[in-house]
This record gives sequence, C-alpha cells and structure tokens, in this order.
Amino acid sequence: MNPASAAVVRAPGGRVPGPVVRLDRVSVCYYEHIALSDVSLEIPARAFAAIIGPNGAGKTTLLTVVNGLGDIRGGRVEVLDTVLDRRTVRGLRCRIGYVPQHLNVDPRAPINCREAVLLGRVGRAGLLRRLSAADRAAADRALELTGVSRLADRPVGHLSGGEARKVSLARVIAQEPEILLLDEPLSNLDPRAADELEALVVRLHRRLDLTTILVTHRVDRLPPAVTRVILLKDARVVFVGDRAAALAPDRVAALFA
Amino acid sequence: MDLPPLLARQLAAAVLGGAACGLVGVWVVMMRIPFVGVAMSHAAFAGAVIGLLVGVNPLVGAAVACVLASVLIGPLAERSDLEPSVSVGIIFSVVLGIAFLGIGLLPGPRTAALSYIWGNILLVSGRDVTVMAVMTGVVLGFLLLFFKEIRAVLYNREVARAVGVPERPLFYAMLVLCGLTVTANLDTIGGLLIFSLIINPPSAAYQLTWRLRTMFLLSALFGVGSCLVGLVVSYLTDAPSGAVIIITSSVAFGLALLFSPKRRRR
Repeated sequence: MNPASAAVVRAPGGRVPGPVVRLDRVSVCYYEHIALSDVSLEIPARAFAAIIGPNGAGKTTLLTVVNGLGDIRGGRVEVLDTVLDRRTVRGLRCRIGYVPQHLNVDPRAPINCREAVLLGRVGRAGLLRRLSAADRAAADRALELTGVSRLADRPVGHLSGGEARKVSLARVIAQEPEILLLDEPLSNLDPRAADELEALVVRLHRRLDLTTILVTHRVDRLPPAVTRVILLKDARVVFVGDRAAALAPDRVAALFA
Repeated sequence: MDLPPLLARQLAAAVLGGAACGLVGVWVVMMRIPFVGVAMSHAAFAGAVIGLLVGVNPLVGAAVACVLASVLIGPLAERSDLEPSVSVGIIFSVVLGIAFLGIGLLPGPRTAALSYIWGNILLVSGRDVTVMAVMTGVVLGFLLLFFKEIRAVLYNREVARAVGVPERPLFYAMLVLCGLTVTANLDTIGGLLIFSLIINPPSAAYQLTWRLRTMFLLSALFGVGSCLVGLVVSYLTDAPSGAVIIITSSVAFGLALLFSPKRRRR
C-alpha cells in the first residue's frame, strides 16, 4: 500500500472521529484507461478536504467513487459506515450531495429553480410517494441558505454561472446530506463570484456539520477552510496530509511537472 | 348522439394515438434523443414485416423488435467510446435492412407489409383501439406514478442518479414505452410517419411553456389535435391520413415556434 495514501485526513482541531469515507485499494478503469489505481484513503467526519492534481490525474473519478458514480473495478469503498455496493448505493447517494463540474442544462428547459432544488428530495422521498410539505419546506430552506430564494421561479437555463452553481448547491443542501462532494466549484467564475461561492461553501460546511470534499486544480485558489489535502497524479495518490505540507513549493512543482 | 361504430373507433384511435405519442415524445425531445425515435419506429416496422414473414401476429413482432431495439440502444447510447448518434445510426440501418429483406422475401403481394409504412386511421379495427387504449393507459399511469423521478431524469441523468433516483431502469422503461407506443400505433399512423408524431407535438409544446407538466399536457393536446385534423381532412379529401397528421403536427410546430414566448425572452 502506498504509505502516503494510507494516512488519515484529520478533522479541524486534531480530533480523529471515525472515518466517514474509507477507500481500500480502489481501482477504476474506463475500457483500457486506468482512471484510479490502487488508492487507499480515509476521511474523517466533518473534515474539509481538497483533492488536487493536474488535468487527467483522476480527481473527478476519486470524488465520484465516494457516491458510487465512478465505475469501481477493484477494492472496497466504505461510506458512512456502509460498504458501497449495488444494494446500498442508492440509499447512500441520498445522504451524499454531489455538485458536478459541468451541468448540461438546456437554456429553454421547462424547469424552474425551485423544481431543480426539489430534485434533491426525490431520492429521499422514494418511489411511488409524492413530495410532502416537509420536502417543499426543505427546498425553500435550501434556497434561503444559499441566498437564491429570489431565483426560485426563474427557469434554470436563465442563470449566470455563479447563480447556477448556487442553485446546484441548494439542490444538494435540500438533500440534507452528510457528505458534500464538489467538483471544481469555482472554475469559470469571475473573481467576485468565486469569492462569494467559496464563502458560501465554507459557511454551509460549518453550519451544517458537513464532511466536504472538493476537487480543484487551482492550488492558488484553495479555500482557507481546507485543512487537509490529497494530491493526485497519474491515477495515484501521491500525498495526503495537512495543507502547509501539501502546498510546499517543491511538492506542487513536482505535482504539475 | 350515437356515432357509427367505425367513426367512433376512428375518433378513439385519433385521441388515444395522439395522446400517447405526445406524452412519450416529451421524454424523447427533452432527452434530445430524436434519432432513437426514428430507429424505434423502423424497428417496429421491421418486426411487423418479420412477423408477416414467419406467420406471427405483426404487432407481436413489432413489439418484440422495439423492446430488443430499446435494450440495444440504451447501453450503446451510454458507451463513452461510441458517439450515441453513430451507434443509433447503425441500429437504424440494421433494422431498415431487416425490414427490406423481409419485404423482399414475402411471397405474393406486399400490401400488408406496405400498410405498416403508411398506416390508415380510417381502417382502424376494434382490436387496434383496445391495444391503443391499453398502451395509452400504461404510458399515462407510468407518467403519473413516476412524475417526480421522470422530471429528475429529464433535467439531467447524472444529477438524477446522484440524488438516489433509479435513473437507469427509468431510462430503459421510457425507451421501451416509446417503442411499445410506436407498435400500438403502427396500424393507424404507420412506421415511417409515426416518428414525426412523436417529435412535432412535444417540440411545439416546448416552445410555449416553462413548466414540464404543461409541456406534457400541451404535447398530448397537439398530438390529439393533429390526429383529429388528419382524420377529418382524410374524410373530406381522400388524402392519406398518416401524411395529413404529420403535416398538421408540423404546421403546429411552425406556429408554436413563430409565437413562442421563449424567442422573446432573454
């Protein structure tokens, strides 16, 4: 096992609660392409972790292994004290909020922001059950928490980049998740919108006691709230540790070399 | 007022066929897989021809071919190493080849096979109406029971999967229902023309509303309206009903595009 990848990501304050994510020798392949190779990793509850690496390193794959969207070919994934497999994956996804980097939404799609946020409740509600008043209240609360209540009736295709990210965040907050997975949340945003979204993510992480894992390739834009860092290169974890050690200039230079 | 039985059957076929095609068309248009509709309608046609050739009920042949096409198209469309339009295009050419091979091998006059190309709502039988009624009921029931999940899948398949919706089974169910709807309307609209009835009404509805529920409703109404106009014009002018239905639905789309509030916004 790679000793670096076996390290534990500690929560702020140095306490080591039980890990909510535990990967043991996980590999992911897409046809002949190895996207993730033999990765072992633990992330404790309430940690704010960042996965950093160059393009094509396997960052998104590592993130989506946690909610079972990545196609796991080997190894064992345990999330929220449950082994992730075909039988458990849907139940786990209801407890994990995931904001993908690119969301292809038709600009003329006949769905407004409130309905898009309500989608976060659909899995939890279950099949053959109508969304309840509590589900609607949770969606409204999520819109409020993310500061986009004023956009509730606007079509989802009529949002700016920053607004669209906030509505996506509102959708996952409506899920009342225990883990938040964010794929390049600040990419393609102007500096002001990126600052606003970063502050919102940190606020939600703290207020809702979430375990947050975000993916980025921007070392220079790492939110200060990130305490532990996972460095990924060529489908392998090359370092897991605290922020200061991860961002040492020679280590960053080697990562992107 | 008592309607003559034939006219009553024709009206029922127009309402049921138009509604079912309008409803399944919404998910074809929203998921942007119109070519899947084309492949499916031709698969139904090929299945009917093979049914005639081997002496099986053509509708059973069409239903089997549609279900087979759905279970082939679904995984092919999801493969990342194949462009979905290419894989669906290959299936389309295969089913077309099978259909023409079947027609070529049919002994005697091929009128029965060719009637599945054009269809004829004026000659609709009681059994056709029953099949269409069952199919429309199944589509409507599926839509009502799983509306919130369907909305999630139509919004974005990856998001639907991530929030815990059984996205893949629903996607396949939608493809299969699309195929079975085509099959149920093969006699009346015809395998070649039904594709337009699946695409035009939802495309028109899409231009006119920002609400998914309204889109389903308008699409079903446009489908029913197109079929009724086709029926009446066919009666009055002796023109082929399927062709008139398609032209009517295309005109409805053109008008919707012209007066779309979405063209004026943003």
